[in-house]
Amino acid sequence: MAKGVYTTRSKELVRRETASAYMFLLPSLVFFIGFVIIPMIICIYTSFFDSTMGKDAKDVFIGFGNYIELFQDGIFLKALKNTFVIVIVSVPVVCIFSLWVSSVIYNLNDKVLSVFRCIFYLPVVTGSVAVTVVWKWMYNNYYGIFNYIGKGTGILKTNINWLGDERFALACIILILLTTSVGQPIVLYVSALGNVDNSLVEAAQVDGANELQLFWKIKWPQIMPTTLYILVITTINSFQCFALIQLLTSGGPNHSTDTVMYYIYYMAFKMFRYGYGNAMGVVLAIFIAVLSAIQFRVAKER
Amino acid sequence: MKTSNTLKKLYTVVSIIVLIALAFCFVFPLYWIVTGAFKTPVSINSPVPDWIPKELVLDNFKKLFSRQTAPIFELGFIKGPMAPAAVRWMINTVFMAVMAMVLTCLTASMAGYALAKKRFHGRIILFTLIVCAMALPKQVILIPLIREMSALKLYNTIWAVILPTVGWPFGVFLMKQFSEGIPTEMLEAARIDGASEFKTFTDIVFQMVKPGVGALAIFTFINSWNDYFMQLIMLSSTSNLTISLGIAKLQAENSTDFGLIMAGATLAAAPILIVFIALQKYFTKGITLGAVKG
Repeated sequence: MAKGVYTTRSKELVRRETASAYMFLLPSLVFFIGFVIIPMIICIYTSFFDSTMGKDAKDVFIGFGNYIELFQDGIFLKALKNTFVIVIVSVPVVCIFSLWVSSVIYNLNDKVLSVFRCIFYLPVVTGSVAVTVVWKWMYNNYYGIFNYIGKGTGILKTNINWLGDERFALACIILILLTTSVGQPIVLYVSALGNVDNSLVEAAQVDGANELQLFWKIKWPQIMPTTLYILVITTINSFQCFALIQLLTSGGPNHSTDTVMYYIYYMAFKMFRYGYGNAMGVVLAIFIAVLSAIQFRVAKER
Repeated sequence: MKTSNTLKKLYTVVSIIVLIALAFCFVFPLYWIVTGAFKTPVSINSPVPDWIPKELVLDNFKKLFSRQTAPIFELGFIKGPMAPAAVRWMINTVFMAVMAMVLTCLTASMAGYALAKKRFHGRIILFTLIVCAMALPKQVILIPLIREMSALKLYNTIWAVILPTVGWPFGVFLMKQFSEGIPTEMLEAARIDGASEFKTFTDIVFQMVKPGVGALAIFTFINSWNDYFMQLIMLSSTSNLTISLGIAKLQAENSTDFGLIMAGATLAAAPILIVFIALQKYFTKGITLGAVKG
C-alpha cells in the first residue's frame, strides 16, 4: 500500500520534472533544432538530388549520383588529398609543439605564465581575416619580409612568389594554420600538467626516476584525456581550413591548395550546385566522424 | 646526479630562450598589422622592410573612412544619416557579437541547468545529440542554412548570422558542466521553501554558474566576431557587412594597398584583442572546463 502511494507520487514527480525541464530547455531547443538539426537533415536529404540553381525550378532525385560523381571528380580527389596533407602535418605538430611549450611554462610564476599563454593565443583572437591579410603581405613577391630575409641571409637567390608557386603554396598555408591552432591546446595542456597528481611524482622521484621516465610513466598517462581532446579539436579545425584558402589563393595555383571545405564553397556559391556541395559536406562529416572514432579507440587501448 | 642536474638547468635555459624567440614570432604579425596601418606609402612600398617606422601618419585610416558610405543604422524603413561604411560595419559587428552573446548565455544557462540537474524523459537522447552535433563541422550545414534563411526572409540581414550561432550547442554543453557543481540540497531546500522554478533559477542557479556564464560570454563574443565563413555567405550588401567581411572585400579590390588593408585589420582586431586581454582569466577557465569530461 505504502509502496503504491510512493510510486504514483514518484511518477507524478517525474512528470512534473519533465515538464519543468522542457520549459528550461525550450528557448535553447528552438535555436538548436531550427538552425542546426533541421539544416543537417536538409543537407543529407538534398545530397541525393541534382539541385542546381537556375537550371530547373525543381530538384531532380538522382540517388547516389552526386556521391558517384564526387569520387570521379579529379579536383575533389585533389582537394581531399590536400585536406589530408594539412591534417596529417598540422595535427601532430600542433600537439607536440603545444605540449613542449606547456611543459616549459607551466611551472613558471603566474604572471610570466599568463603572458606566454596570452601571446600564443593572440593569433586566434586577432581573427582569421586580419591574420590572413598580414601574412599575405609578408609572403608578397616584392614587398614581403620573407623574400627580404631570405635574400639577406643568402638562402634565396631570387624572389619567390610564395603563394603563387605550386611547390610552396600549401606549405605556406599550413604554416599560418599552425600559428592560429596552438593557442587552445597550450591553455589546455598547461592546466592538465598543473593538475598532475604530485604524490605520484614525488614517489617516483624518491625511487630515482629521471625526468624522461617521470614524464612518460607518470605524467603522460595522466594528461592522456587532454591529449585526446586536443587531437579531436585540432583534427576538426584542420579539416575546416577555409578563410586562409579563400583569401590567399582561392585554391590555386593549379588546385594545389584546394581543400574540401573550399571546394564545397566553390561548388555551392560559385557554381550554384547545392546538391553536389551537400554531398561533399556529408562525405567530409563522415571522414571527421571516422577519424575521431579511431582516435578515441587508439587512446582507449593505451 | 650532478651532471643530470646541470643538463636539466641547461635544458631549461635553452628552452626559455627558444620560447622567447617563438613568442616574438607570434607577436610579429600583430605588430606588423598595427605599424603597417600607420606607415606612409613610401615606407610600405619599399622593398626593404621598415622594421621600426620613424614617421607615423593617419592617411590610411582617412582613406579607409572616405572610401564608401552607408547609413549609420537602419530600422525598417527609417535610415540614419550617412556615415563612413567602416563605421557601419563596426556597428553591425558589435551588434552581432553582443546579440549572439546575450542570447547564447540566456538560453544555454537555462538548458545547461535542466540537463545537469533534472531527470526527465529524453535527457540521454538529447545530450547525445548535442555531443554529436558539436563534433561535426559547422560549415556542412551552411548551404541548407542559406535556403532556410531565404525562406524566413532573413538572408542578408545580421540575424542570419546571429541565430545559427545561438543554436550551436557548445554553450549548452559548457553550462551543463558548470551546473553539475550546484549542490542538489540547495535546490531541494528552495523547493521546500516554496520558491517557484523560475525563482530558483534566477536566485540560486544563475548566481552559482556566473563564472561559467562569464567564460561563455567571452567565448561566444570572440567566436562570433571572427566567424568569417558564416558572415561571408549570409551577408552581401555594403551596408550589412561586418568588419571582417569589409576588410576581405577591401583586400579583394585593392590587393596591394597594404597600408589601407592594415588600417582595416587594425580596426577589426583592436576591440576583440582588448576584450580578450582584459578578460583573459575567465576565458582560459572556460576553455579548460569545456574540455574536462569532454
